[in-house]
Amino acid sequence: GGGSMSAKYDRAITVFSPDGHLFQVEYAMEAVKRGTTAVGVCGKDALVLAVERKATAKLQDPRTVRKIVRIDEHVCLAFAGLLADARVLVDRARVEAQSYRLTYDQAPSAEHLARHIAGIQQKYTQSGGVRPFGVATLVLGFDGDSGAPRLYQTDPAGTHSQWKACVIGKNSKAVREWLEKHWEEKEGGGAAAELAVQALMETVEPSAKTIEVAVLTAKGGLQIMEDEALEALIKKVEEEKE
Amino acid sequence: GGGAPGMEYVMGIKGKDFAMACVSATAVQQIITMKHDEDKVMRVDDHRMLVTSGEPGDRVQFGEFVCANVRLRNMRHGVKTSTKAVASYARQELAKALRQGPYQSNLLVMGYDEGKGPSMYYLDYLATMHEMNVAGYGYGSWFVLSMYDNLWHPDLTQDEALGLMQKGIDEVRRRLSVAPSSYMITVVDKDGIRHLKTLEYGS
Repeated sequence: GGGSMSAKYDRAITVFSPDGHLFQVEYAMEAVKRGTTAVGVCGKDALVLAVERKATAKLQDPRTVRKIVRIDEHVCLAFAGLLADARVLVDRARVEAQSYRLTYDQAPSAEHLARHIAGIQQKYTQSGGVRPFGVATLVLGFDGDSGAPRLYQTDPAGTHSQWKACVIGKNSKAVREWLEKHWEEKEGGGAAAELAVQALMETVEPSAKTIEVAVLTAKGGLQIMEDEALEALIKKVEEEKE
Repeated sequence: GGGAPGMEYVMGIKGKDFAMACVSATAVQQIITMKHDEDKVMRVDDHRMLVTSGEPGDRVQFGEFVCANVRLRNMRHGVKTSTKAVASYARQELAKALRQGPYQSNLLVMGYDEGKGPSMYYLDYLATMHEMNVAGYGYGSWFVLSMYDNLWHPDLTQDEALGLMQKGIDEVRRRLSVAPSSYMITVVDKDGIRHLKTLEYGS
């Protein structure tokens, strides 16, 4: 709904519509829904990201179009939505991580960085002459005090929340429904990765070319799965499905 | 200001496949020795370290500032900034600050780069930078630089360098009336950065 109303209120500045909508934020969320899917899964002692790989052109170097990025030693991020917008947020998060380390002589938690990213996204919904970021992020890391694995999501509205498992991008509704039925706390990066791939399979035909999987552990940091290991994982998941 | 810059002792040696630093481990304010185990080596990453000396506040603030910015660059570009680049960056920051509010800090940038091997850069608060095989700071270094000029050779092993460091400390304690009472020796090589020894003397 809101077709004729949006014509009056969807200019470059984010303002309220009479019925309380921020259409620019809602349109930004549409941009996110069109982005390639990213699934984040929290395990007992590991975190996993499984993302849909956008088909890279033949002459393009795939390493420069990464969807899973390192923010700090033990915090990583995946996003859905506009790549260029995401890069801005990723860079701001990286600077914040080093600034935090310089100030507190301590590693920042995933929560702190997710809150920081969400804060930036919110600012851009309430500032003149700018548009919101067309990006939702999944921020993964370990809790500062307990060392427990944590997963956070941010969105174009500027909210951040903690999740046991989360999905953003294309078909996220269907994948989320699957996760709500099937998520349980898995032990080890391998088991959590299987769960993440199973979830992603609800929307993507899995192969080493179409998906990318990364595992974050306290000891090992971020490990992006090599093609061989990934193919073995996909095979295992497909066999168990049958 | 605070501290007693001349009374600090830093000696760095570049060997065959490593770089080693011996640094006085005393932190002094006026006439009080605050600490005997102050570690003046800052790790930039697994294979690069800053050995800082000089004004107590500046030495730490400047060192941490360089580390934070190098780590940010590494994170942004997915690279390991080379030893030379770290030294050049630190030198530029010293130069920028020189005619505004200088950092009263001297430092050795030491590291091991894959393919290139070990390197050591001497920097001082005036933004001097030299790549050197043997370098140091403080009154003690006046005695030991010339000693090492005689004893250094390009194929030095870690054991030999450790022996040289001990000789250097012995000479400083014999002849310098204000020789520090404790020292820390750290090495960087292909396997990373390791603290080798802490030496404490009665006085």
